[in-house]
Amino acid sequence: MKKQLKLTVNGQSYELYVKPKALLVEVLRNELGLTGTKRGCNSGSCGSCTVILNGMAVKSCSILALQANGAEILTVEGLAEGEQLHPLQRAFLDYGAFQCGFCTPGMLMSAKALLDENPSPSEEEIREAIQGNVCRCTGYNSIVRAIMAVAKGQYKEER
Amino acid sequence: MIRDFEYFAPTTLNEALTLLDKYRDDCKVIAGGQSLLILMRQGLVTPRYLIDIKGIKELNYLQFDAEEGLKIGALTTHRAIERSPLMRDGYRVLAEMERKLASVQTRNWGTIGGNLCHGDPAGDPAPVLIILKGTLKLSSLRGTRTLPVEDFTLDYFETALEPGELLTEIRVPPPTPRTGAAYTKFNIIENDMGMVGVGVSITLSPGDVCQDVRIALGGSAPTPLRAREAEEVLRGKEVTEELLKKAGEAAAEEAEPISDIQASAEYRREVIRVLVPRVGREALRRAQQR
Repeated sequence: MKKQLKLTVNGQSYELYVKPKALLVEVLRNELGLTGTKRGCNSGSCGSCTVILNGMAVKSCSILALQANGAEILTVEGLAEGEQLHPLQRAFLDYGAFQCGFCTPGMLMSAKALLDENPSPSEEEIREAIQGNVCRCTGYNSIVRAIMAVAKGQYKEER
Repeated sequence: MIRDFEYFAPTTLNEALTLLDKYRDDCKVIAGGQSLLILMRQGLVTPRYLIDIKGIKELNYLQFDAEEGLKIGALTTHRAIERSPLMRDGYRVLAEMERKLASVQTRNWGTIGGNLCHGDPAGDPAPVLIILKGTLKLSSLRGTRTLPVEDFTLDYFETALEPGELLTEIRVPPPTPRTGAAYTKFNIIENDMGMVGVGVSITLSPGDVCQDVRIALGGSAPTPLRAREAEEVLRGKEVTEELLKKAGEAAAEEAEPISDIQASAEYRREVIRVLVPRVGREALRRAQQR
């Protein structure tokens, strides 16, 4: 039997009915069409499904959608403002911080959660924050450099 | 593929206990659920009713007072524990353990109570709570009872919880003077699940004799294991390098590890033999400082 689920995703409120077994990542992708959030390992290991829930980075493949009832969620689609990319997105482009791009939405959300909590992290803190996000193109150094550039204020003037 | 189930999200403890009492063996409790959902996806756990307790605010707290020590609500997240200013001095080892428990995302959502109730012998909180002499408060409609953490896990993924019972609080007594505690797990990927975890707590007497000691192992038996024979090697003696080495050998001997995808039983024993002296040395250093 379907249950009512109320969510705010990227500032927009939704009210929908979902099966209790639906995972948050499934609702985001299949019900709301927000396919930026990737479904990778499906077991909480790879981090490609990372979204920000009530200010915290979480893995949306390991949470039932109903457990997020009433929550405010930010997905990668909510980072840009219109045509204006988020500083982290600009930095990822400038630093070539991806190859295939599958891990990128999760990496961006982990990086965003880190900078919201700690605006000037050390390199070690950046590496710790993306520990739960696997990149199989082995692009970690560029990703760390991109996040570092934003932390150092290189993209400050653009917003 | 997860089997369908009926879902309840009580918002008070009493509501949750009433549901647990009603559905007993047919239901499963979900807190963060990050371990449970994996088992449900594999079809290993197929509850007809799922009781989601994550929204029960009265079970999410961290309190300390000098008499009773630390009280942790079962739904407190790993991240909240790791970042709490209460995790200093004798409790520092708890924050250190939580920080290495898993990725940030997992620590943000996962709860300490959920971790304990999952009953995975490789879990990190249980060995640390055992060396800190932690106890658990189990509640049901019939009342509450208290159990030492070391008696809580009965077998692989099996706990002492009776049908209708819920873990509601974790208690850690106040730190004793001249006591040092340390924990380390051994893994290939940082913050991944440990193949072996070792916790040691040492209390020194005024004459620097080991007055009290606890050694607990994770990933080394069907349950988190208290290495009592290794403890006896150190108890009542001055802790030397030689004795720490002997304690490591005793712990490796009394452990009952299995071989799995992470490591062979033989390798696990070897890691225990090496880690017990290493963690013991750190616990001793901390005891001497306090």
